Amino acid sequence: MSEHIIHFIYLASAACFILSLKWLSAVPTARRGIVVGVLGMLLAVGGTLLSPTIEHYHFIAAAFVIGTIIGVPMALMPMTAVPQRTALSHAFGALAATLVGAAEYSLRVPNLDRFTMGALTLEVILGALTVTASLMAAGKLQEVLPTRPMVFRNQNYVNLSVLGVALLLGVLLVVNPGLWPLFPIMVLLCLVFGVLLIMPIGGADMPTVIALLNSYAGLSASMMGFVLDNKLLIIAGALDGSSGLILSIIMCKAMNRSFTNVLFGAFGQLQMTAAAVEQKSYRSASPEEAADLLRTADSVLIVPGYGMAVAQAQHKVRELFDILTRQGTNVHFAIHPVAGRMPGHMNVLLAEADIPYDKLLEMEDANPEFPQADVALVIGANDVTNPGARHDKSSPIYGMPILDVDKARTVMVIKRSMNPGFAGIDNELYYLEKTLMLFGDAKGFVSELVKSLNET
Amino acid sequence: MESNILSNLYVFLLATFVGLEVIRRVSPLLHTPLMSLTNAISAIAVVGSILIAGEAKTGLSTFLGTVAVAASMVNVVGGYLITYRMVKMFKKREPKKS
Repeated sequence: MSEHIIHFIYLASAACFILSLKWLSAVPTARRGIVVGVLGMLLAVGGTLLSPTIEHYHFIAAAFVIGTIIGVPMALMPMTAVPQRTALSHAFGALAATLVGAAEYSLRVPNLDRFTMGALTLEVILGALTVTASLMAAGKLQEVLPTRPMVFRNQNYVNLSVLGVALLLGVLLVVNPGLWPLFPIMVLLCLVFGVLLIMPIGGADMPTVIALLNSYAGLSASMMGFVLDNKLLIIAGALDGSSGLILSIIMCKAMNRSFTNVLFGAFGQLQMTAAAVEQKSYRSASPEEAADLLRTADSVLIVPGYGMAVAQAQHKVRELFDILTRQGTNVHFAIHPVAGRMPGHMNVLLAEADIPYDKLLEMEDANPEFPQADVALVIGANDVTNPGARHDKSSPIYGMPILDVDKARTVMVIKRSMNPGFAGIDNELYYLEKTLMLFGDAKGFVSELVKSLNET
Repeated sequence: MESNILSNLYVFLLATFVGLEVIRRVSPLLHTPLMSLTNAISAIAVVGSILIAGEAKTGLSTFLGTVAVAASMVNVVGGYLITYRMVKMFKKREPKKS
């Protein structure tokens, strides 16, 4: 009897999860989405605790307490640290899946049919490589590890051989689940592969990588559902897996790159060619001159990049937004899909600074607005504004969709110096007739702008 | 068992398509909260972890299960909480300050 009730509770829980994601699709219903998501989880956990096979509750209770003690501080991190936090939470999720897989194997070996063993092997392979890969990604995002790609000779061959051997062991285990000594070796190899996978990936590719790891963690949970014959796990894991997949495809498209290229391309490494061969001329302006132009502008598009977040300039930018809006200027923000360090990161940073979300434009909506804009103000963004991506076939970012900043009447770029950015690619936007370079730290310069605008 | 496997595969297939359709519609504005929410949802691994920890069949499985419960709980608690914090920040009109 009780078994049946639990199944119905799981069914309700699965419905809650689907509704939760559906309601998260737009801001007005998003909070409802979270509430129903929490409800789904409470149902799932509650239903599981009712299960007649559970005999000991003290370990579970202790684990709940420990998890909460770690989870709460992780939820209170500043918004700039959300990418690291997300990577860490992928590691926790994948760790849980790997451990459950290992425990199931230890309990049931050698009485595992081939299908179950196949699912278990996939669960553990995906889980284990996601654990270390996510930790590596978190380390790079936190800048504990160098953000530059770490490369060595024959790297791709070494990486693929490690993965290949792990997969081979997995196949052997499926054929004969009783070969238990192979199991820990397979796990170990996957842990090593996770590290190797992320080593050559540079900071600029982190949004794609995080999304991909999200997908792996979800698939691993879904495989656990096959092993435990639990449809709720299969559904929730599949939802997470497809979400990660969609986000990584969006990120790849936004950079005009393929998965293989992201994972094996070592972006940002080969472009260290002499960027400043020729001295081209550019114009620069003082905060006062820039403020004069902003005062007379009817419409302004601000293009924020990660540089803005690094300089902690969001709140100053909000002040600038307030002043311009008060004087009647139409101000919007043009946000490239890869702005920030994870999908949608820039929106969260601006929302945190109290900028109304209806002023944030996606790339497709922003680009038609640039030709009508009096001023495009670029703060801490670089490659996503480079017109070279449209026509310069030799440029490493050729073909990448960009914001059409160069079509605005006047372009202003706040930048520390003329040094090329992270990827080391020269930006021809800076040498246009209509471009004014505003040299300085993002936060400092925006403060100066605010001060000059307030004086009149 | 055979029919169970097959129906599980159907569930997986359908859930993946539902996921793709639902998530395709999520506004890019909310992609970061989306990721933390799906992260919390995939902490459903907690279900499997609880079963293993609670059955307490062997010392090894109990230990692995308990650690897994703790790891999933981090995501359950942390995932929903940070998603709520983020979503709360998205406002249409800013509060009027003098």
